[in-house]
Amino acid sequence: MKISPAHIIRLYDRFEFLDKEGSGQLRLEDFAEVKELAMNPIGDRIIGAFFSPGQETVDFPSFVRILAHFRPTDKNRAKDSTQPEPVNSRTSKLKFAFQLYDQDRDGKISRAELLQVLREMLGMQVTEEQLESIADRAIQEADLDRDDAISFEEFRKSLEKVNIEHKMSIRFLR
Amino acid sequence: MAWFVFPFDNLVCMCLGISITVWFTLLLVFIIVPAILGVSFGIRRLYMKTLLVIFEWATLRMERGAKEKNHHLYKPYSNGIIAKEPSSLEQEIHELRGSANSLRSEPEFEMADIFYFCRRGVESIVDDEVTKRFSAQELESWNLLTRSNYNFRHISVRLSALWGLGVLIRYGFLLPLRLTLAVTGVGLLLVLTTMVGFLPNGETYLSEKVHLICYRICVRALTAIITYHNRENKPKNGGICVANHTTPIDVIILANDGCYSMVGQVHGGLMGIIQRAMVKSSPHIWFERSEVKDRHHVAKRLGDHVADKTKQPILIFPEGTCINNTSVMMFKKGSFEIGCTVYPVAIKYDPRFGDAFWNSSKFGIVNYLLRMMSSWAIVCSVWYLPPMNREEGEDAVQFANRVKAAIAAQGGLVDLLWDGGLKRAKVKDAFKEEQQKLYIDFLNRRSTSL
Repeated sequence: MKISPAHIIRLYDRFEFLDKEGSGQLRLEDFAEVKELAMNPIGDRIIGAFFSPGQETVDFPSFVRILAHFRPTDKNRAKDSTQPEPVNSRTSKLKFAFQLYDQDRDGKISRAELLQVLREMLGMQVTEEQLESIADRAIQEADLDRDDAISFEEFRKSLEKVNIEHKMSIRFLR
Repeated sequence: MAWFVFPFDNLVCMCLGISITVWFTLLLVFIIVPAILGVSFGIRRLYMKTLLVIFEWATLRMERGAKEKNHHLYKPYSNGIIAKEPSSLEQEIHELRGSANSLRSEPEFEMADIFYFCRRGVESIVDDEVTKRFSAQELESWNLLTRSNYNFRHISVRLSALWGLGVLIRYGFLLPLRLTLAVTGVGLLLVLTTMVGFLPNGETYLSEKVHLICYRICVRALTAIITYHNRENKPKNGGICVANHTTPIDVIILANDGCYSMVGQVHGGLMGIIQRAMVKSSPHIWFERSEVKDRHHVAKRLGDHVADKTKQPILIFPEGTCINNTSVMMFKKGSFEIGCTVYPVAIKYDPRFGDAFWNSSKFGIVNYLLRMMSSWAIVCSVWYLPPMNREEGEDAVQFANRVKAAIAAQGGLVDLLWDGGLKRAKVKDAFKEEQQKLYIDFLNRRSTSL
């Protein structure tokens, strides 16, 4: 399903609404104003995904580009290796999720990075020992080359059976 | 050449004189006298029906125009722009994992779980339940007000002419008319309440009449067309009336049909003068800024008022702030702790004629009133719900939620648990902890059930 001009207008309305200072750019504080996001355990991480490294603001094209990752996948796309990977393909969605884990962008999810995510998702509900054993087990299951970190390929392999196209997609109402 | 000008001058003066006289006579006969007597000619309802016909025509023309040019018509979405599945954390993560099975004694985390939180997070960035309650509701059809239209490109010449005519009528005729009425109404209120204040204490009949007359004039000043339902449930003395809050005009809408004691902070300026005048003839409850913080003091004053059965019911808006009339937010429990009968009232505005919601972060009060007076009309329905009392074993919060649910159901509004104070405040960490708790409960259940 394509994004129509009407949808872009709607997104721009939302962008303007979030842009409290009217500067044409969104800052961290603007995202933090979204109430439902503030109660999401990995809310800060998701906000971070909108900002390129070193950037402190997000303009509208970048805003839409990130959201485009969540467009439903076009199942009928012919696999053409000469074309660049569309931003809403399964691989791109996986990359987006991978970067939520891999904050230092070194291409691997280290044990420390995994622990960090677990801490955010579980908070005070589990002990530190439980967190470590969960992290250990997750790495054990996915880490195939035994380097104590999860690379993108290992990440992709461990999620082979997951219906990412459906779960990482946001459908616009007509 | 001087003698040339005089007859012309005289003519202009005469014309002006006549038109002003005619103007005021019409005003008196059609608006002020009926307001005093409490009758209605039905002019406003006829006006409303005519407007509806015109709006439908305008919308059809726009849609036709868009089709001809083969464009997409921008349709405002009142229910949000993205499809949100109302499934729970448990359902979604279960689906995410598919049929993975393993025997573990510890909570079982999977890398895929992050997708659930990630998608929910991005969904809320695009469209969230709470923030959209604090901005004006969007309309499906166009009501000839520029403020509510995004499809400018599709407007034909005829439509533009109609819109231009609309602007002329609204700003050139309706606005001055309404301003005159508003000034008359407020002026009369000040004068008459002060006069009644000189009469012996306990003179309620005249003071009620005076209040009603002035509010009726104010209602006509806004061209408010109000339909009252279930008037047998009207609030009685010794009780508290609670209603959902959309705009300061709510007060005028309700006071048009009955006498209430208002509760509020003491203001300065014109508002303060009005408050002092009103208090002279009937017992309103105005608090100084400093007294507001002292909850016991507030509760005591309210309690004393309701205990006195000769005093009118108190009017309170428990949400504490203006919401955009698509939902009802958390009711503050203060008024429900007093222990008297609560009379719930639901107010629903029809957004087709003018948006009544006061977005206090966008418009100041004067700007807002001018917008109101230059809209077509304010059409609303008021439902008086049967009185409710606190039941055995029910605490104030539960009682408040019960009343809120009744109001939301009657008015066709969404019943939200969120606090209206979130308009200005930060979300508490407790909410985040709740989400974390949901997740860990889910993980625990998965591991123990296998």
